Amino acid sequence: MSAIPISWYLVLSAVLFGLGVVAFVFKRHIITIFMSIELMLNAVNLAFVAFARARGALDGLVFVFFVIVVAAAESAVGLAIVIMLAQNRQSMNVERENLLKL
Amino acid sequence: MFLLTHLWIILALPLLGSAINGLFGKAFSKLLVNTFAVGSVALSFVAAAEAVREFFLLAPSQIPFVKSYFTWLMGGEATAHPFRVDFALQIDQLTVVMLMVVTFVGMLIHIYSTGYMAHEDGYYRFFCYLNLFMFFMLTLVTGANLIVMFVGWEGVGLCSYLLIGFYFLKKSAVDAGKKAFIVTRIGDFGFTVGILMVFATFGTVTFGEIFPQVGSISTPVLTTICLLLFTGAIGKSAQLPLYVWLPDAMEGPTPVSALIHAATMVTAGVYMVARMNPLFSRAPVAMLVVGIVGAITVFYSATIGLVQTDIKKVLAYSTVSQLGYMFLACGVGAYASGIFHLMTHAFFKGLLFLAAGSVIHAMGGEQDMMKMGGLRKKIPVTYWTMLIATLAIAGIPGFAGYFSKDAILEAAQSGPHANLILWLLGVAGALLTSFYMFRLVFLTFFGAPRYDEHKVHVHESPKNMTVPLIILAFLSIFGGWFAAPKLIGGTDYFESFLAPVFASSAPIADMAAEPTEALTPAMSLLHALVSWPVAVGILGLLVAWYFYIKRPDIPKKMAQSAHGLYLLLLNKYYVDEIYAALIVRPLLWISTNVLWHVVDEGAIDGVVNGTATVARGSGSELRKIQSGNLRSYAAWVILGAVGFTALLFGLLGVAH
Repeated sequence: MSAIPISWYLVLSAVLFGLGVVAFVFKRHIITIFMSIELMLNAVNLAFVAFARARGALDGLVFVFFVIVVAAAESAVGLAIVIMLAQNRQSMNVERENLLKL
Repeated sequence: MFLLTHLWIILALPLLGSAINGLFGKAFSKLLVNTFAVGSVALSFVAAAEAVREFFLLAPSQIPFVKSYFTWLMGGEATAHPFRVDFALQIDQLTVVMLMVVTFVGMLIHIYSTGYMAHEDGYYRFFCYLNLFMFFMLTLVTGANLIVMFVGWEGVGLCSYLLIGFYFLKKSAVDAGKKAFIVTRIGDFGFTVGILMVFATFGTVTFGEIFPQVGSISTPVLTTICLLLFTGAIGKSAQLPLYVWLPDAMEGPTPVSALIHAATMVTAGVYMVARMNPLFSRAPVAMLVVGIVGAITVFYSATIGLVQTDIKKVLAYSTVSQLGYMFLACGVGAYASGIFHLMTHAFFKGLLFLAAGSVIHAMGGEQDMMKMGGLRKKIPVTYWTMLIATLAIAGIPGFAGYFSKDAILEAAQSGPHANLILWLLGVAGALLTSFYMFRLVFLTFFGAPRYDEHKVHVHESPKNMTVPLIILAFLSIFGGWFAAPKLIGGTDYFESFLAPVFASSAPIADMAAEPTEALTPAMSLLHALVSWPVAVGILGLLVAWYFYIKRPDIPKKMAQSAHGLYLLLLNKYYVDEIYAALIVRPLLWISTNVLWHVVDEGAIDGVVNGTATVARGSGSELRKIQSGNLRSYAAWVILGAVGFTALLFGLLGVAH
């Protein structure tokens, strides 16, 4: 298990985070955008866990728990907003959610 | 030894079946879905049986047999308290019982479902969930530490949610699913804190490392841990005060009620308490709480069962009540009897639900017993199997339920932790159980038909539904006979088989050493048969017969003469309404009136709008300075210069 060097985890984490950023910027479907946020959060979690594991410490793991809890709360609120949008606008495309634009 | 070292195969088979049906099932024919769903569980049963065979070859020193596959969670190696969780499975006598019950009953219910669900949409989805449930349930019973167990624990909760809400276009089903998930989550919160406290106290979550340490832990700490763990059991096993989700869970398809909400998942709490018995037996207060909660639940939910008219609701309250017996057993230290009742209950209650499903199937979806009647001749297989299950649950001698229930009540009456009040509640519950179960049988199968015989074409269910019924009926009789030799003064084989698991909880003075052998076999048989549980079981039968066969007008009269009580029972003590008034509505009120109107609209929107107002207001005021009038600019410059000079000389005191 410990044979895998930490750099691999960090590269994977960076790649996942990058994918999340790209998806966040380019995707239009609101659920996909939501998922890309989760992807970025989990990429950071992975980095936390990798460091915690490499240092043999617990604090990184504790951070991950906080991130998970906050992400859960965020998902709950976010999904509620998504449902309201879907019900009221009949569209999941963020480009159409433009009522506040001039 | 192959399967003992590869216990994971037993778990992996249903998971594989679930994955195949879930991913590709949409394109499969029903036969192919059946092959993967039933086949995977059947293979899992065969694998479990083989593992059990190998288990019996082990030397006592090798039990519990623990196999760790990989380190799953690891952290803090450099600290004083490293956290380490292996993905480890174990098998001991308790696991053997659970494995056999779960895989065998699970297999029968899978077969039954192929008939019951034959005309439903989402056929593959149903079996995907059902197989996934089997995976998590097996994880729960084989896990060698609390975290692996917790994964199974939460997983079965998820599958329960998915299957209760299986008809997801029906609002009541969706609501029931959510209710089940949220209510059990309350219990799981306690369970989670309990697990954390176990880790904080023992520095490990592995069963084999916790139990040797219990002697050195102070009783208050153990009591707290046990009460927290028991909170989880209360939620999962639908005990007071968190039982409210189980009756609603009957919205799911009937095989789900049989498998998840009667035979297996709801017994997880009992399994967990039995598994943690070294802790509980050193925390007398916690044990007493377990016993009290169990005994009150036995009596309380049995009273509700008396007046329900929905055939599945009666069985649901009966399940809550029977689970109460299992906790009552744990509470008086008779863990083996509790697990014994868990097993026999899986047989007869699984059968009752499947038979009720067969009745509902025959009636074309009708669940109200008041619209049934006289079905005995038309669906004989269902009738006979259901009658056997009813005799078993009523505790009539010779049937499985008699042995287990009698063992529990005997422990409550004369065991090392005997408690007269708990025993009384248990016996009263037994009377009510017998009455409402025979009421169900008489209303459903006897008397004149109360449905339109031209519209409803009652028909016996197909073979794939009746064969599981017959097998379970067989087990509902003989499944309890492990304990039969005890009747004539011999050993209870079930109890002695489980004894090693509960060895550390056994009282110092061995029960077997008591001078019971003074009784001759005939005397002890007489002693066992002439007992309160048997008497009240038969009494319940007779009263139900008198009320619903001989004088069918009595129940109505009684309902009128004791109208208040009747309404109270019919409305389930208004507990749902009380919870709504005490918890749900205040929460909604706070959400609406405080969080929404005050915090959100007032504070958060206020800040946002306020910032905008300040910016706009200051902008429109400051705009007036830029008048375009050159002389006013000059005036401002002079004013500024004067002001600056005044500041320099006056306030900062440069002049001095």
